[in-house]
Amino acid sequence: MTDEYTDNKIETKAADSSSGSYVPPAETIPAQEAPDQELYHAKSFWTKWVFCQDAKVIGIQYALTATAIGFIGLILSWGMRLQLGFPETFSFLGPATYYQSVTMHGMIMVIYLLTALFLGGFGNYLIPLMVGARDMVFPYVNMVSYWMFLVAVLVLIASFFVPGGPTGAGWTLYPPQAILPGTPGSEMGIVLMLVSLSLFVIGFTMGGLNYVITILQSRTRGMTLMRMPLTIWGIFTATVLALLAFPALFVACIMMTLDNLLGTSFFMPEIFTMGEKLEYGGGSPILFQHLFWFFGHPEVYIVALPAFGIVSDLISVHARKNVFGYRMMVWAIVIIGALSFIVWAHHMYVSGMNPWFGFFFATTTLIIAVPTAIKVYNWVLTLWRGNIHLTIPMLFSLGFIVTFVNGGITGLFLGNVIIDVPLSDTYFVVAHFHMVMGIAPLMVVFGAIYHWYPLITGRHLNQTLGKIHFWITFVGAYAIYFPMHYLGFIGVPRRYFEMYDSPYMTSGVGLNQFITVAALIVGFTQILFLYNIFTSWYKGEKSERNPWKANSLEWHTPDYPPTHGNFGKELPVVYRWPYDFSVPGSDKEYIPQDVPPSQVPTAKAEQT
Amino acid sequence: MSKKELNIFKLLSEKPWEDSQKVIDDQHDGKTLALSKAKLGVRTIMVVSTVIFSLFVVSYSDRMLVHDWRSLSEPWLLWVNTIILIFTSFVFHKTKVLSDKNEFEKAKNYLLIVGFLTFAFITGQLLVWQYYVNLGQYASTNPANAFFYLFTALHGVHVLGGLFFWGRATTKLFTKNFSVLKIKQAIELCAIYWHFLLIVWFILFGLMIAT
Repeated sequence: MTDEYTDNKIETKAADSSSGSYVPPAETIPAQEAPDQELYHAKSFWTKWVFCQDAKVIGIQYALTATAIGFIGLILSWGMRLQLGFPETFSFLGPATYYQSVTMHGMIMVIYLLTALFLGGFGNYLIPLMVGARDMVFPYVNMVSYWMFLVAVLVLIASFFVPGGPTGAGWTLYPPQAILPGTPGSEMGIVLMLVSLSLFVIGFTMGGLNYVITILQSRTRGMTLMRMPLTIWGIFTATVLALLAFPALFVACIMMTLDNLLGTSFFMPEIFTMGEKLEYGGGSPILFQHLFWFFGHPEVYIVALPAFGIVSDLISVHARKNVFGYRMMVWAIVIIGALSFIVWAHHMYVSGMNPWFGFFFATTTLIIAVPTAIKVYNWVLTLWRGNIHLTIPMLFSLGFIVTFVNGGITGLFLGNVIIDVPLSDTYFVVAHFHMVMGIAPLMVVFGAIYHWYPLITGRHLNQTLGKIHFWITFVGAYAIYFPMHYLGFIGVPRRYFEMYDSPYMTSGVGLNQFITVAALIVGFTQILFLYNIFTSWYKGEKSERNPWKANSLEWHTPDYPPTHGNFGKELPVVYRWPYDFSVPGSDKEYIPQDVPPSQVPTAKAEQT
Repeated sequence: MSKKELNIFKLLSEKPWEDSQKVIDDQHDGKTLALSKAKLGVRTIMVVSTVIFSLFVVSYSDRMLVHDWRSLSEPWLLWVNTIILIFTSFVFHKTKVLSDKNEFEKAKNYLLIVGFLTFAFITGQLLVWQYYVNLGQYASTNPANAFFYLFTALHGVHVLGGLFFWGRATTKLFTKNFSVLKIKQAIELCAIYWHFLLIVWFILFGLMIAT
């Protein structure tokens, strides 16, 4: 870190000169007091595409790696669904394989796919471009961050090939069962999982350092925090959450690794197995649960907040209307982020706790609904009387709003102790969290890919394939998860390998088969999407510059698609927020962020 | 407002559409804080480390309530290590003062002393480990032991990380081919980090002797 800084004293002086007391005449461009960032210029193929320090390439590397591991997670879910829909049909699916699939599917999707894709992928690609920086502030650290992530992914994959296979302890990895014989993968699988998670956290911290400091300190002139696109606000807040929450996962992983390898008893209580007392004693499994969920709940918002931010931008651009209540949207993001740290024990109602404790956490959980509802209202009000273009990003955004409301409302029920206790171990919960943090953020991911693909490659994705992808994914997701709510109501327990002839299941058999078929169809559609991404890369319809007529800086680089250093000779200067669509008084349909007021003299400022 | 300070509430209630605010916004240089990137980076790292250590402290306080907890008796060597660490911080502060005055020849020697003392501290910690192992006090013997090994190891890893950046700063200073501003900042940041590690050690060590 010692190689990358500017003189502190000069910066202080710069700050002085822009103080509020002195009001300079409008439209003078403030002098660029801090010199431009020195960039590392790649010389060979290796430093340009492999060990690359350009945030855009790192973003693509992150996205491709996350997608690759995400497809493994998808295939694992097929295994689970085949077993649940058609038990005793497939010989390769035993109880051990089933639990390993459940565990790895959960962990891969939440951490290695969604977190890495939103923050590592979109974060790296979009932050420097959207805030008007040449690159991240510590490009070298940023590169190391990706390679740590890759190593974490490889360690995770390696756990499929060790004796005993990957861990099957459930994605929450609760001790004591996670490291005791009888749980699949309790030999090497769990160790590799814990090591992989620790590596992920270390790698993420390096990346997170970059995202936060780039957004805070490396914006271009005129880009105040309250002029930033909401995408950046979402990614920024999520990164802050991650920097504060991931340590809890790290701490839990380290202590559990020691319990497993050295025989310490941080989390392990006294245990009798096969008539013999184990060496362990005195540890508290509940402590692990607290640590895990102190990470685990903010993790939900680490995934959701970037999605909130991105979808706000997509809706605004594709409905040609400014975001309704921009400031309120920012406040909601910040408030949700803050509240997310004091709700974690609502995941532990069934672990047993003081009733007042449960009361507290139920209350905080329900309070989160307020800023979240504000966001939903504002999305809807942004659409209201907008010029809605039903492009694919817009379709996915609409799909997101509906899905998020669905998943959010079931969350309101589950937030109450008295409703959660009977429903907690049923498929109702599975349906709830897949809707709210699986399907909803994925809708945004897809929308965002269709939206920014032209920026990255200079070509459009195939529209027909895109529409097919959207409709099958959207309708299919509901075909999968709506029946699951019902299964939960009739009491079908989750985590069970097979229901056998349980009376709960008589009405559920057909439904389970239906869900499995839907899941397979939706899954295969994602392969279609992947096909679209790869073929459009060289065959897709050429996109003109700024095809969506967006205002934010990433579409207004001198080179299209943007090249190393992002902004050519001069960094842009920002005069407005990125949502100036159909501004009253202006004859222009949209006014990019870097257009000075003199070019649009009649445009009126809009109150937000 | 002569200095940029982060008042999150003021910032979030700005009204960018008002003409007066617009004029101020157009003059904004894009920095939220009057801090260099590196300084903010070190601070962020310290915040993340603080969260990690706090969570360990919480776990420690929770675990020690169980009846199987047997506190360790701290050897005198641990006190020696603590004094070494205090002294290191002190010397690092001197180094920083010297480099602020552009007396790099003197600062060089002080930096070497810092390195020597820090390595002495690490060696001392390893000796304490050896002392406990010889007594048959392994990590699995008792949760108090486990936490002791964990705390010292984690603190040690942080110290080693600091030594990496100390090494880079020292090498740069010795090659004589350095930018004055950069080396000053490197020394300052390392010094801050060393003080931080001293405080962390005070808290961990204090917790262990108090219980």
